[in-house]
Amino acid sequence: MSFVSIAYTALFYAAAIVFLVGVGARIYRYAKTPAPLKIPTTPAPTTTGGVVLRMFREVVFFQSLFRSNKWIWIFGWIFHFSLLLVLLRHIRYFQDQVWLWVTLIQPFGKYAAFGMIIGLLGLWARRILVDRVRYISAPSDHLMLALLIGIGLSGMMMTFVSHTDIVSVKAFFLGMMRFSPQELPTDPALLIHLFLVALLLIVFPISKLLHAPGVFFSPTRNQVDNPREKRHLAPWAAELEK
Amino acid sequence: MADFDVPKFREIPIIPKLQEGTMEHSKPYVAKADFQQPLGYPGELLDNWKEVAIDKMGELLGKYRSFQVFLDACVKCGACTDKCHYYLGTTDPKNMPVGRQDLLRKVYRRYFTFAGKYFPKLVGAQDLTEEVLDDWYSYFHQCSQCRRCSVFCPYGIDTAEISMAAREIMDAVGKGQKYCNEIIGKVFKVGNNLGLPQPALEDTLEGIEEDVEEETGVKVRYPLDEKGAEVLLVTPSADFFAEPHVDGLIGYGKVFHEAGISWTLSSHASEAANFGMFIGSYENMKRVSMRIREAALDLGVKRIIFGECGHAWRVAYSFLNTLAGPFDFLDPNYPVPQHICEFTHDLIKQGKLNLDKSRNDDMTLTYHDSCNVARASRMGDTPGGQFTIPRDIIKASCNNFYDMSADTVYDSTYCCGGGGGLLTDDLMELRVKGALPRMEALKKVVDEHGVTHMAAICAICKSQFAKVMPYYGFTLDQIVSVHQLVSNALILTGQKSDDDEDEGDED
Repeated sequence: MSFVSIAYTALFYAAAIVFLVGVGARIYRYAKTPAPLKIPTTPAPTTTGGVVLRMFREVVFFQSLFRSNKWIWIFGWIFHFSLLLVLLRHIRYFQDQVWLWVTLIQPFGKYAAFGMIIGLLGLWARRILVDRVRYISAPSDHLMLALLIGIGLSGMMMTFVSHTDIVSVKAFFLGMMRFSPQELPTDPALLIHLFLVALLLIVFPISKLLHAPGVFFSPTRNQVDNPREKRHLAPWAAELEK
Repeated sequence: MADFDVPKFREIPIIPKLQEGTMEHSKPYVAKADFQQPLGYPGELLDNWKEVAIDKMGELLGKYRSFQVFLDACVKCGACTDKCHYYLGTTDPKNMPVGRQDLLRKVYRRYFTFAGKYFPKLVGAQDLTEEVLDDWYSYFHQCSQCRRCSVFCPYGIDTAEISMAAREIMDAVGKGQKYCNEIIGKVFKVGNNLGLPQPALEDTLEGIEEDVEEETGVKVRYPLDEKGAEVLLVTPSADFFAEPHVDGLIGYGKVFHEAGISWTLSSHASEAANFGMFIGSYENMKRVSMRIREAALDLGVKRIIFGECGHAWRVAYSFLNTLAGPFDFLDPNYPVPQHICEFTHDLIKQGKLNLDKSRNDDMTLTYHDSCNVARASRMGDTPGGQFTIPRDIIKASCNNFYDMSADTVYDSTYCCGGGGGLLTDDLMELRVKGALPRMEALKKVVDEHGVTHMAAICAICKSQFAKVMPYYGFTLDQIVSVHQLVSNALILTGQKSDDDEDEGDED
């Protein structure tokens, strides 16, 4: 195997472990930390079913953001929805037998890359042009946008400009999944694309990308509004009663 | 009138350009040892305050999921940046919700995250220094914990949770705020925020009884510490003498009288407010809440009802069961606790109150949703009852009512500018500037609909508005209690009909 193939195999194993362990540990921490008081932002649903619906509206439609700011909402939503299509399209590189629905969304997934880039550029423009957003931006906030745009553009290079040997790429990832490493093609667009993706996986658990698992644990959104009906008591608060 | 510039009404509601540092000088008085120690906090800034602060932050991260998740989840999207009344009124970027959170988040990142430990500049992490502590003290006392930001954040990040944690950390290192901590001390010592002892309360209530009898010819009782009463009424102590609060208290008494339900106040729990929430202290909040449980047990009541108050209703509705429950010794047919508005609303629905709306015809009203009622609690059985029930009561009590703009009411309501432990004279500039968005909305209905009065159901809102409205060209008597309107309209059974009654109500 070539040096590049060995390096990328190692990189992706490492990235996958960092991602899974890192995000897993974070989710474990969120789950085990108690919410001692009922703090849903009201009006809030009074049943668990209602909370599931509220969460669905937040995660799928970004309801609060829609109420808040139409520009951030439109760019943010286009980016996230496009990213979802792009990710789903990529499932084909990890399967011998590609599921029918993955094949069906392929054309949408391909062009969704443009949506990703448009959304990201819109968000970046706001970060630079709006004085309030500029003020709250750290270098990492700009770099995160650069990283995602880099991933998008390098991917689009392969889709729309100069194709890579996609059959070999698929063999590489299937090989990794079966713990039998394979050669990786070495065209620059592919190597850049994969390097940036690995970087994204590695920074995920130590960055603001934690908003993805975090939103599900937000007490202001996921709590049922029933404090009078049901007594809510955290373990450490129960200790105080003894 | 003031040694600072009162903000001007914006002709077009554009978001103001930020100006750094405009409110850096705003700091409330620091609590002396006498006010710190009774609450279990060090009397002055500890020598090793940095370590203690970081340890406390670590402890809170393990105790409050909200704190942990909110510090991690923010993506700096900017959705909240124009949502805080203090930002709109002061244009200081550290008064943008995310700007305020970042004061604490940058320290969190420095000491608790991989990226902040090894790449601080990259992620905007910063060491905890004296300057940072100064900033905390200044800007975490410029948050009224109104939760408007949490409504608009895509992850529901609530700056109130962050500022409560920050205040708890500052208390733990010996840099507490005088106003809140002195008041909590008074509650422990005397029973209420204002330090009114039992004889003074008794006196006040007797005076009210006399006034009401003189005005109506009906002996309406305002009982204190009466064992065996059905209802314990817990109300903010401002209701005992401040204007327009006391007119609300008069109203509660009339409503109970007409309902034919015996009730009592308690000198042990003569305060609904719970400033333990403002300083983020679960222990102090619990200790303050326990007085209510003790009073209910001691007096043998069957129900607990809260008077018109904002944050107190949040603590009562959302936390009381947790902090001082279970309340299985009370009548299970009623929610514990109930809001006086829920009680009055039920009576109105049952047709038990003889309300003559025309008695409020000298006023055209609007209604200010108090933030803790609107965004942190509920009334009635359905979500949003906290908006409809008070409005239903107002509409049943008067003929002329107009809501303010939709983006300034319900869960988008703007804070009065004085909540969250900021209702103190040493923060007057902040209070006046923070009231700007609400004053603009009020001005609009005044101009468009001839609104003359604004009703509210929060003691802090009422005190704050009475103080700041004159800065904006209104008069201090344009803020009224909701139960004041009920009181005006209610014709008691056997009430003498007199024609010059209206005069007594206004001022």
